[in-house]
Amino acid sequence: MSSKRSLRRQFLKNGAALAGFAAGAISSGSTTLFAADTPSAGAKDLHAYGERSRFENDVRIGSLALWPIVPGSRRDYGFRSPLQDSIGIITPAPLHFIISHGHEPPDIDPREHGVMIHGMVDRTLIFSLDEIKRLPSVSRLHFLECHGNSAAAGITGEPRKVPSATVQDTHGLTSCSVWTGVPLSLLLGQVGVQKGASWIVAEGAETGKHTKSIPLEKAMDDCLVAYGQNGEALRPEQGYPLRLLVPGWQGINNVKWLRRIYVVDQPYMAMMESTKYPSARLDGKSRWFESEMGPKSVITRPSGGQQLSAHGFYEITGLAWSGGGAIRRVEVSVDGGRSWKDAQLQQPIAPKAHTRFGLSWTWNGEEVMLESRCTDDQGHVQPTLAELTKFWGVDADYFRLPPTTADMGNFNAIQPWKVSRDGSVSNALF
Amino acid sequence: MRYSSFLPALAVFGLAACSAAFAQAPGYSNLGRTPSKEEIQAWNQSIGPQGKELPPGSGTAKQGEEIFASKCAACHGANGEGSQLAPRLVGGRGPLNTPTPSRTLANYWPFATTIWDYINRAMPPKQEGSLSGSDIYALTAFILYRNDIIPEGQVLDAASLPKVKMPNRDGFIPDRLEDIHSLRARGCNAGHCP
Ligand code: HEC
Repeated sequence: MSSKRSLRRQFLKNGAALAGFAAGAISSGSTTLFAADTPSAGAKDLHAYGERSRFENDVRIGSLALWPIVPGSRRDYGFRSPLQDSIGIITPAPLHFIISHGHEPPDIDPREHGVMIHGMVDRTLIFSLDEIKRLPSVSRLHFLECHGNSAAAGITGEPRKVPSATVQDTHGLTSCSVWTGVPLSLLLGQVGVQKGASWIVAEGAETGKHTKSIPLEKAMDDCLVAYGQNGEALRPEQGYPLRLLVPGWQGINNVKWLRRIYVVDQPYMAMMESTKYPSARLDGKSRWFESEMGPKSVITRPSGGQQLSAHGFYEITGLAWSGGGAIRRVEVSVDGGRSWKDAQLQQPIAPKAHTRFGLSWTWNGEEVMLESRCTDDQGHVQPTLAELTKFWGVDADYFRLPPTTADMGNFNAIQPWKVSRDGSVSNALF
Repeated sequence: MRYSSFLPALAVFGLAACSAAFAQAPGYSNLGRTPSKEEIQAWNQSIGPQGKELPPGSGTAKQGEEIFASKCAACHGANGEGSQLAPRLVGGRGPLNTPTPSRTLANYWPFATTIWDYINRAMPPKQEGSLSGSDIYALTAFILYRNDIIPEGQVLDAASLPKVKMPNRDGFIPDRLEDIHSLRARGCNAGHCP
């Protein structure tokens, strides 16, 4: 484990260096060298289907360690997106975070795939993928986020607590894409939802057939049955050839490899939603179906594990999002939350999508604490850790417990990064 | 009653007036194929808390014991105590009002129908769907009996399984299934529920 861990650190350091935050001692200025002769590209022919440069090598990382894990060790449930190297707001599909509860993507032939809608409907129908593509399509920017993203408790909380945590460790279970498909309301209109129906149950085609109950009100509002991601077909690990998109709600709702929608009159209490995703209160009761993800932001540069190479100018930049709507405001503090400055928001700013923010900053070599907090268009403000623990009736020590089963999802506290005098950046949540 | 609680939601999205339109001829012609009864049945694997979709068949703990030994014990342990390979299915009872509550099947799961549904769709791994309805009733009876939730002789079937009350059924907020769907009515706010 420790050797894997250090391999991973080595890797991240290289990644950070490539991103322009050189590792090592502080220098006074730029020392960039240009190769005298730029060689032409390698032997592989990339004219038919492109690949990134061999110098770009950031990857998804499993929640437990680098993938693949050693045979016989615990299964890895979460693969985190390298937010420290994110550019703009779109996550490249091959770097989109993955959670499939341990199930591997099925190898689905799209010509044989479709989605059946049945239950409390006037007409039970199976729509083939081809038929779904005949319908008027929409493309929308939306983030996806695991309800355990950035949570400090639970199994996924382990890597995010340590001072050496990167933003991939702390917040890598969110990504953002342009999703293309048809509104679920359109398909539900085709089958005719009957009086008395109030929920749908969505089911995937993978082994284990993940199932999720979703209120009909949400299904009719803004859900999509998507076949496209960032201008191409969904990647297999993102649900190829068809997935559900439930904008702004916990990732578990966004059923991949979608094959069935069952219209019913109550939540069906499938395994994940009724036994794994409720979050426990200290009084022994559990909240279930918390659904919407709250407003959250995080600085991606400079962030944990990176190294400021010189005094001088930096843009502090990061991502903000909210399941409640569009981001209206992001503020940044360089003094641990005593004072705040409005950051600039980059266009486009879409509802329930990542929004990129930036603030010009000059580092004079002092130790500083960098934080961001966002406000969405409902007026909801990202809470401090103190506000969150008070709301939950726990203290910060709660999150220092060893991996517990008492994971509280939807953790959206402000994330502090400490910049030390030597330019190193570390996780300062606790 | 559930319909009336849903109506205000429809109104919010301006759909109340169209609810009759749900029943009209679809706007996009010749899309979608009507599956056969058998196809629907083969695909319809969802078992809700009322157990309406449960198939015929039945089983007891005694019958389940044998199936468990041959098909489940290798991963879940001879007595369902769990192993490195799979979670505990028997035991783990204890108070939930601690920072580290035990979320085992016996201590935490609210509905017995979920056990049936989950075994049917996901167990044993790589041979999902290989068990008959009666096998699954028997396995569910075995697990529930070993957890002291049902008596040894109880026969589980489509009628009796949904009536089994799990120890933590009342441990969730909101309690009534009818009250879950509206985040607003529950007092949830900006991603956090009370
Ligand atoms: C190859 C190993 C293996 C075998 C054999 C196996 N299981 Fe499992 N079982 C697992 C694993 C792994 C999980 C956890 C799955 C997850 O969390 O996604 C699990 C989960 C479960 C759960 C849910 C437990 C919980 O608390 O989440 C039940 C119930 C279950 N199995 C029943 C059975 C039954 C009944 C059989 C025999 C028919 C069986 N299993 C055979 C590996 C196995």
